[in-house]
Amino acid sequence: MEYTPPPFFKRGPSLLTRLSFFAALSLILLYADARFHYMESMRKVVAVVLYPLQQLASVPGELGSRVSNFFVTQSSLQRDNERLARDNFLNAGLLQTQQALIAENLHLRALLEMQERVEQSSVAAEVLYFGRDPFGRKVILDKGQMQDIEEGAAVVDDTGLIGQVSRVYPWTSEVALISDREQVVPVQIVRNGLRAVLFGVGYDGALDLRFMPVNAEIENGDVLVTSGIDGVYPAGLPVAVVSNIERNAAYPFARITCTPTAGVNRYKQVLVLSRLAPLPDYPQATESSKPVKPRAKSRKGG
Amino acid sequence: MRIGGFGHISSEEILLPVRPAYIALTLLGALMLNLLPLTGWVLAVRPDFVALALLYWGIHQPRKIGFFPAWLLGLAMDVADGSLFGQHALAYSAMMFAAIFLHRRVSMFDLRHQMLHVLVILLAMQLIVLGVREAAGGELPGWWYFLSSATGALLWPVTHVVFTAPLRPRHDPDDV
Repeated sequence: MEYTPPPFFKRGPSLLTRLSFFAALSLILLYADARFHYMESMRKVVAVVLYPLQQLASVPGELGSRVSNFFVTQSSLQRDNERLARDNFLNAGLLQTQQALIAENLHLRALLEMQERVEQSSVAAEVLYFGRDPFGRKVILDKGQMQDIEEGAAVVDDTGLIGQVSRVYPWTSEVALISDREQVVPVQIVRNGLRAVLFGVGYDGALDLRFMPVNAEIENGDVLVTSGIDGVYPAGLPVAVVSNIERNAAYPFARITCTPTAGVNRYKQVLVLSRLAPLPDYPQATESSKPVKPRAKSRKGG
Repeated sequence: MRIGGFGHISSEEILLPVRPAYIALTLLGALMLNLLPLTGWVLAVRPDFVALALLYWGIHQPRKIGFFPAWLLGLAMDVADGSLFGQHALAYSAMMFAAIFLHRRVSMFDLRHQMLHVLVILLAMQLIVLGVREAAGGELPGWWYFLSSATGALLWPVTHVVFTAPLRPRHDPDDV
């Protein structure tokens, strides 16, 4: 006969049973999130619950920065003011010439019957804090869905591309920096128009230009800008400068390291650009000419 | 209350009974500490306060805390960090298992030796997170990743003092 304890010693299911239950639940969530991204709506719900707590937690830091702002010295304010006035003056000159260029460009595009470029709108945002996940390079901005921030939008500062909006919450949004390991930016070399792909390496201050043949025409100091062929980043945003090239004939590709031009740790203010107009659909391959699918997202090599 | 090196702080003091509301309050405080917007090396060495608080209550009040709060706080941390949904939930659940499983053993030691147990449990928890991220295609960001376990273990005596402070019976003025 099976022995059962008297009811007043009952303690519910055993420790191991409870652990397996919760571990299984977590594993299901993990699988659903990592594989299918099913969890985004649930994430938003929890984020709304956490939002007041997060605001409360950022109060001490904000107070501190306000106090230190109050004690900014006269000389540093004066210096900033001078720099901004000078920048403004220079930019005004550039803008005036740009007006003429835009008009000329529109005219030429009309002549050539090319598609017009859409005027981009942008939202200014502030970096609230750095992402706490040590496995990725993310920052959190203070604008979200309520301010019309869209997932996938490009984020720039005054010197170049910073990253891409990777997740949008109601009042905040998460930006994956270009130095994030999973961030890939299609770029173009300004000097000769050569196209390439720039990979993040997981820490600040370096980016990897992969899959470039050893004899590719790249020099130290080459400026890389977004090529715009991905339909995500608008063309022509400065991204990085080539800083080091290792050409070893033993490997099919050269090792090219670049330094990002924008620095997210320099300023708090960033600009979120609106999404580009969707590109026309990718042409469908016919049944007869079905080659092996090119693996655009391959992460090997480099 | 005796004052001295923390080796002398006994964890077997007679304390007031712990109310569930007090446990909830400490967990909320730990969550707030985790949500502080820190950057740079401070963020790298910052201990996981939520894990520390859960571990403390798991070891000292295993009948008053269970897997559900650990799991729920894990989900909250996943959303707050923007990490994979469920990685902290899994790690905290496993940590709660270790805490409840070992609570008799750990509470037999003094605080210094408890710190070693805590260090191992926190490292195991971080290893679970690391394992999950490796499986999802991540990579160890650097050995500094494990520093937060060390600071967490170092903060164990502080946690003990802070958490038990409101539980010490006040002196009765009539009892002279």
